Amino acid sequence: MTARMDKRFADLAAEGRPALVTYFMAGDPDFDTSLAIMKALPSAGSDIIELGMPFSDPMADGPAIQLAGQRALKGGQTLVKTLEIARLFRQGDQNTPIVLMGYYNPIYIHGVERFLDDALAAGIDGLIVVDLPPEMDDELCIPALKKDINFIRLATPTTDDKRLPKVLENTSGFVYYVSMNGITGSALPDPTVIGGAVQRIKGHTKLPVCVGFGVKTAEHARAIGASADGVVVGTAIINQVASSLTEDGKSTGATVPGVETLVRGLAAGVRSAKLVAAE
Amino acid sequence: MNETPHLNSFKTGPDEDGRFGIFGGRFVAETLMPLILDLQAEWDKAKTDPEFQAELKHLGAHYIGRPSPLYFAERLTEHLGGAKIYFKREELNHTGSHKINNCIGQILLAKRMGKTRIIAETGAGQHGVASATVAARFGLPCVVYMGATDVERQAPNVFRMKLLGAEVKPVTAGSGTLKDAMNEALRDWVTNVDDTYYLIGTAAGPHPYPEMVRDFQSVIGIEAKQQMLEAEGRLPDLVIAAVGGGSNAIGIFHPFLDDESVKIVGVEAGGKGLEGDEHCASITAGSPGVLHGNRTYLLQDGDGQIKEGHSISAGLDYPGIGPEHSWLADIGRVEYVPIMDHEALEAFQVLTRLEGIIPALEPSHAIAEVIKRAPKMGKDEIILMNLSGRGDKDIFTVGKLLGMGL
Repeated sequence: MTARMDKRFADLAAEGRPALVTYFMAGDPDFDTSLAIMKALPSAGSDIIELGMPFSDPMADGPAIQLAGQRALKGGQTLVKTLEIARLFRQGDQNTPIVLMGYYNPIYIHGVERFLDDALAAGIDGLIVVDLPPEMDDELCIPALKKDINFIRLATPTTDDKRLPKVLENTSGFVYYVSMNGITGSALPDPTVIGGAVQRIKGHTKLPVCVGFGVKTAEHARAIGASADGVVVGTAIINQVASSLTEDGKSTGATVPGVETLVRGLAAGVRSAKLVAAE
Repeated sequence: MNETPHLNSFKTGPDEDGRFGIFGGRFVAETLMPLILDLQAEWDKAKTDPEFQAELKHLGAHYIGRPSPLYFAERLTEHLGGAKIYFKREELNHTGSHKINNCIGQILLAKRMGKTRIIAETGAGQHGVASATVAARFGLPCVVYMGATDVERQAPNVFRMKLLGAEVKPVTAGSGTLKDAMNEALRDWVTNVDDTYYLIGTAAGPHPYPEMVRDFQSVIGIEAKQQMLEAEGRLPDLVIAAVGGGSNAIGIFHPFLDDESVKIVGVEAGGKGLEGDEHCASITAGSPGVLHGNRTYLLQDGDGQIKEGHSISAGLDYPGIGPEHSWLADIGRVEYVPIMDHEALEAFQVLTRLEGIIPALEPSHAIAEVIKRAPKMGKDEIILMNLSGRGDKDIFTVGKLLGMGL
């Protein structure tokens, strides 16, 4: 649903602060634990949730997210179960936008039309599908937009001014600016460079621009949040989950609280970004 | 490459979006899109640039040793008692397989594009060796990603790559085979977009790779056709090649696609049988899906997760296949059949003893299919098979399987 996403960004704009966008992997390390993590995110300060769909061959992700996907698949996670996590979450939360993030093949195998209907029924608001560039818009982007589901595109440092209009053409909800060339979980580049890149994108679109790849601490979140409409945190959360597990990969009493504590800190970071921006 | 396509030609693909029917395409992360478009622009220019073609031809003749011979396998023919069997001797190329044809072409492109670092993925190590070879020849640093399982079973090739100055990075993710090596190479490319050229070894991946690799490998079929006309005064009745990703196969098939009298068969790795998961027969036992930049037949489960696959031959151990093969299978122009591990191993020995040629385990699959088909064909019929690589790299694997110590 596009309305929920638009309302969330409008409310945050009124509040004068950037969004905290949190990514975690559905089914990592098991269905129940990841559902509990998702339910804990909004009260810990997450404004938008990216729900990772595990895939056996995550070509654009680093080792942390790859391992999380492997743990989830080993635990029996499937696309159908990921949608079920969203549906159960949505029963108790009507306001937090959910974006499904992953790779195309599981969606293609599920069937595009059936997937979109199931996603809408589960309360999904947007999709980020890493391996579908604008050249492939007929596959999923256009059908999703027709059903009122946001299709959120990644822009990268290699997306130059010539290419940006093509990337932005069918993008909705927000633009996800990947702050570096590389895989998820790499080091964070200079915030002033990122600020310039965000301004460049904003010269081409009215959509909110969220920045991700490399954000790990509250300080990062504050620094990035000063120049962007949102800060995406993924690998740090995945690492937090991983560090709480037993040696054979089972969740512990520390798994959900660990994520909550981390997200609370990051939320404080984006909230202090408001002060910087206002100065 | 220079022939005028017929009205109803099988050789017109891909379209401008890189599609062969529903197969192919450009399913890559946004970071890679500008790189792929740059590559395509450079490739489009190079294709028609006489200087590029001349350099390719010169290196082909003096560095690779082209044309490779067309060889009448007299004793195998007698032994099987049916069709006349000819081999296109790609195993005699520099570095011991067809892989070098593509590597020379792509490194010339990399040079034109001003790239200063080469990365490659490899399964059996043949493409890794060929990549390391051309990188050495052109003075560029080269990193080869290779599954940890393959590093172990293809030790001689790992050593060759290191001697050639390449850095071999073992990949432990997944089952540590070609698919995982390709994931890792793509990650490297996404990270090092400015200076790095990704030298893909098979006719798969995002457009323009399937088309480009096919065109560089088509020299095999173009030569073979000419040589066959000289030797026999006519075209073969049957063309056979082994298919993993499918570059040697598309290389020999493509020039024959519009010759209606020529039957074409691709041989997939049937592994330990198609009933379980221990095979790599993507077309025979898989279904269409999206992986590594293209839509093609894949081994996958009902949730769209990619399976690992298995083959005795590291070079065929890949759960996908080039998109043009998927299309050729769907329209019925090429027939794809599986050959089991044990049949390939048997064929390996037959050829070694009868012809004094030690084949790689990859073309041993094609030989096994020849052994099945030749006796059922008339003595006036002709089979052309692509003997795509030599077996030196496989002697340790074969020794182990035959219970012979080395």
